[in-house]
Amino acid sequence: MKYATEFRDPKAAKSLLAAIATTADRIGATREKPVHIMEICGGHTHAIFRYGLDKLVHEGVEFIHGPGCPVCVLPMARVDECIEIAERPEVIFTTFGDAMRVPGSRGSLMQAKARGADIRMVYSPLDALELARRNPDRQVVFFGLGFETTTPSTALSIQQAAREGMTNFSVFCNHITVPEPIRVLLDDPHMMLDGFIGPGHVSMVIGTHPYDFIAQDYGKPIVVAGFEPLDLLQSVLMVLTQIAEGRAEVENQYARVVPEHGNPVSLAAIADVYERRPSFEWRGLGEIDASGLRIRNKYKAFDAEEKFGVGYAAARPRHVPEPEGLACGAVMTGRMKPTQCPQFGRGCTPETPLGALMVSSEGACAAYWQYGGARAAAE
Amino acid sequence: MCLGIPGQIVEITNPEAMMAMAEVSGVRREVNVACIADGPLQGLIGEWALIHVGFAMSRIDEAEAAATLEALRDLGEAQEALEQMAEGDRALVGLRKETQV
Ligand code: SF4
Repeated sequence: MKYATEFRDPKAAKSLLAAIATTADRIGATREKPVHIMEICGGHTHAIFRYGLDKLVHEGVEFIHGPGCPVCVLPMARVDECIEIAERPEVIFTTFGDAMRVPGSRGSLMQAKARGADIRMVYSPLDALELARRNPDRQVVFFGLGFETTTPSTALSIQQAAREGMTNFSVFCNHITVPEPIRVLLDDPHMMLDGFIGPGHVSMVIGTHPYDFIAQDYGKPIVVAGFEPLDLLQSVLMVLTQIAEGRAEVENQYARVVPEHGNPVSLAAIADVYERRPSFEWRGLGEIDASGLRIRNKYKAFDAEEKFGVGYAAARPRHVPEPEGLACGAVMTGRMKPTQCPQFGRGCTPETPLGALMVSSEGACAAYWQYGGARAAAE
Repeated sequence: MCLGIPGQIVEITNPEAMMAMAEVSGVRREVNVACIADGPLQGLIGEWALIHVGFAMSRIDEAEAAATLEALRDLGEAQEALEQMAEGDRALVGLRKETQV
C-alpha cells in the first residue's frame, strides 16, 4: 500500500479503507459489478488522483469523474466570444490563468494574447476593478467563470463597481450552477450512478439543500466532502453505508466549512446581481436548462455581453460545433476513460490540449496524464 | 480556482468597501471580507478564513487552516494560488509602467 505512507494519518486511512472494503463486500460490489460513485467537483478529481485513492479503495468502488471543472465545461463558442471582446482595441480583458489555454475554434486566449490582444491574467475580479480605476480611458472586462464558489466574487465586484459609478468595468458572465447538470446525468438512461461525492466549496456558498432532489427524487445518496484525502475516504464510506442500509440522504461530511443553509451574504449578492438564463451550453453536455446565470437588467451597464453585443446578446446564432474525433463528452459523463480517447497523449497533452479536460489539473484527462506516470512506476 | 487558500486577517484597510489585508502563506494580499463579516470588522483581525479569488468565504479555525494548507501544498494548488496573486499584481504593475511612459 504505497500511497498510504503519504497520508498525514496513515492509521486513520488504513482503518477507513478497511471499513470501505467491508461495506463494499456487504453490498456485493466487485470489480466486475462495481458501485459507481461520481465525484462532482474537479478539485476532488485532482485529489483522488494525487493520492491514488481510486487504486487504494476496494476494487468494487469505481469513481466517475463529474462535470465540476468550470474550465472543462466551457464551450468553444464562449472562448471565441472572449477573444472577440479581447480583440477590441479599447478593451483590457482580464481572466483567471486557468482559462488561458482552453481551446476555442480560433485558438485560445493565450494565442490571442500572442497576436496582440491586451489580455491579462488576474487572481481576482478585484484586480480587474483596480485596473479599471487606474485606466479610465479603457474598457476593462472580467471573464466571470466558475460555479457557485466564485459567483459571489463577481456579484460583489459588480455591486462595488455600481457603488463607485464606474462606466469602464464589465463582466463577461459564464457562471454556472452544479445541481442542473447532475439532474441531466441522472436522467440519462445510460448513466449508472449509485451515489455522489458533493462539492465542498460550492456547498459552502449554497448549503446542502439544493441537492435534496438527488436523494428525494432519484433515491441516490450524496455526501458533501472536504478536500483532504481522509475527507474523501470518509465520504466514500458514508455513501457506501447509505447504500448498505438502503438509505438515500444528503449528508455533510464537511460541516466544519459547509453550513446547512450556505453563506447568506454570498447568496444575497448572487440573487441581487444574477438571474438564471433559460439555458446555457456546456462543453460535452450540450444546452442545459437554467444551468447558467446572467446579469440582471438593473446591472446591465456591467454586462459585457450587452455592452459589446456578443454571446447570448448577439443577433446571429452562436453555436460552434466541437471538433470531431475527441472523446471529451464521453469522458465527462463517465462513459469513457481518458485513456480510451484516441487523442489522449497523442494529439492531446497538457502542453497542447485539444479538449478542455486536458487544460486544468481539475480535468480528468490532465489528472490521468499528470499522475499516470507516477502511478505506472509505483505499480 | 475552486479550492481557495487559507489566510489570516491582519488589518482592516477599507471598511466601506469591506476590504482587509490578509496574510496568505507569508504573502500579504488585500481581500474582501463581506461574506464573513457578522459584526464590527475589527473583530475579524487574527481570524482565519478560506480565501477564494480574493474573497474571504468562510471562517475556519487555525488547525483547519494548517491542515488545508498542507493538503493544498500536496496538490500543488498552494503554489498556484500564490503565483496567481503575483500575476494579478503584475497586471497592475505592468499598467502603471505603461501609463508612466
Ligand atoms: S484526451 Fe483530450 S481530446 Fe481526449 S477526451 Fe481528454 S481532453 Fe478530450
